[in-house]
Amino acid sequence: MATSAIEAEGLVKTFGKVRALDGIDMVAREGSVFGLLGPNGAGKTTAIRLLSTLLRPDEGRASVGGYDVVHHPEEVRRLIGLTGQYAAVDELLSGRENLFMIGRLLGVRAAEARRRADELLEAFDLAEAAGKLAKTYSGGMRRRLDLAASLVGRPRFLYLDEPTTGLDPRSRLELWGMIRALVADGTTVLLTTQYLEEADRLADEIVVIDHGRVIAAGTPQQLKTRVGGQVLQAQPADPADHAATERILGEFATGDEGTYTDGQLVTVRIDDRSALGRAVRRLDEEGIAVDDLSLRRPSLDEVFLAITGHLAEEEPLSDDIRNADVEGRSAS
Amino acid sequence: MSAVTIAPSGRANVVGNTLTIARRNLLHIKSDPEQLVGMTIQPLMFLVLFVFVFGGAIAGSSREYLQFALPGILVQGIAFTPFTTALGLNVDFQRGVIDRFRSLPIARSAVIGGRVAADAVRVVWGELILVGCGVLLGFRFGGGAAGAIGAFLLVAAFGVTMCWPMAFIGVTARTPEAVNTWGFMIILPLTFASSVFAPPETMPGWLEAFVNVNPITAIVDATRGLMLGGPVADPVLRSVLWMAVIQAIFAPLAIARYRRRV
Repeated sequence: MATSAIEAEGLVKTFGKVRALDGIDMVAREGSVFGLLGPNGAGKTTAIRLLSTLLRPDEGRASVGGYDVVHHPEEVRRLIGLTGQYAAVDELLSGRENLFMIGRLLGVRAAEARRRADELLEAFDLAEAAGKLAKTYSGGMRRRLDLAASLVGRPRFLYLDEPTTGLDPRSRLELWGMIRALVADGTTVLLTTQYLEEADRLADEIVVIDHGRVIAAGTPQQLKTRVGGQVLQAQPADPADHAATERILGEFATGDEGTYTDGQLVTVRIDDRSALGRAVRRLDEEGIAVDDLSLRRPSLDEVFLAITGHLAEEEPLSDDIRNADVEGRSAS
Repeated sequence: MSAVTIAPSGRANVVGNTLTIARRNLLHIKSDPEQLVGMTIQPLMFLVLFVFVFGGAIAGSSREYLQFALPGILVQGIAFTPFTTALGLNVDFQRGVIDRFRSLPIARSAVIGGRVAADAVRVVWGELILVGCGVLLGFRFGGGAAGAIGAFLLVAAFGVTMCWPMAFIGVTARTPEAVNTWGFMIILPLTFASSVFAPPETMPGWLEAFVNVNPITAIVDATRGLMLGGPVADPVLRSVLWMAVIQAIFAPLAIARYRRRV
């Protein structure tokens, strides 16, 4: 029987006047990667905090592994591992001491906690830096240590709140690999991300949230299909032809979205496959040479645009955002 | 991979969790040696400065003033020790370490309890340093071994007591800077407007009235009586009552705040 590992129904959480979550429903299957996708401030972190018993919902209910998060928080905590948005490692302890401490807190005997720490340090490529203070670690090393810390107790459910925000592309790929390996071992992963590519690459199912509401749900493939059709892109060789390119591609646009432009690259959603051939002829008729011409399925970026009417903001994590978040937390 | 045995379900192990977190807090001293300097040099600085700068003027000679001032400076130094509880909790909130602790199946009181337990160790350390240096500078106990031990225990209990209001400040204040501001605004006037440095009779009437009800005065008078040999029954009783009141108010407040802080 396929069990619903994580279930939420009508979750509402308000902070003062802000409705951070405005009625979220979701069901994550055991052994899958469930992605919560949305821009900054969409309510992803609040959802994670409710599901990890750090916050109580104002309305609605949620359960993890069959245990209600409000009535049986202790049982829920036994099942989960949490890796927060900001690597929550103790900077004044070494990597090994960090993991050893978690093991001891989980009630593991000292010798066993030490062995488990070393095993994880090895697995996360931190063995060499094991004895060094975490404050000397690079961003990627901290994330790996943070992830290792949430795995000390071998949780059935692993929550990853924007695990790769602020990481360089190589560290991001490495972390993705580690997440896939955990899923292969049977761990259920709840992942939040504002990177559409990340949800596309890792998640089996995705819920898109914006302003505390679910605005779309399904597999990455379903979401892309839901938006329908294809995407046609063209980049004129001569920037002077840009306006003409936009006009021509606009002739093939589906719905009322029209074209949008990134640099010189003009993008349009189309329904009709024959549009590619016709667009080529039209461009040729007007004597416009293109550097780049392509037809593909829409990316999740475009899905997001089509659903919400605005692009997902992929701002790098700045200190402002970080501080604003801390302020917000202590204010409530 | 090896099997990890997590403590069987049921109640979390409060004592074990508290000790693990206390150990973690004390390990910070090793990685941040400035903490050790703060715990050691700062109270000594007060001792040496006050005794040698003001001693002659206040009591006629540094040596005589040392006898009067050491018990007071001991209490003052210990009153500042629990700043690490306040700052440590505040920083843990900001860094997300508290989120990690709260997502674990551990006793909820262990995080604050671990802070207090670690500060108890710092308190004992501070007492040994101050009294040890006082003796080197010429301080002599007048209340015998029982008095000396009694004073040591009383001041240690006072240090632990002060952890609770400081824990409350630590979980309430938004930033470590705010913790410093509030901590100093409360502890500094309380320790100066007391019998730490000068006898209350020498102060203007309105201040003397405040000094006489200041809990620090009760603790200092009791410590002085125990260390020098003098009346102890009344100030010790008042000290114990004050400590009970402070803990009864601030321990539940701090824990409630800790639970509610998001």
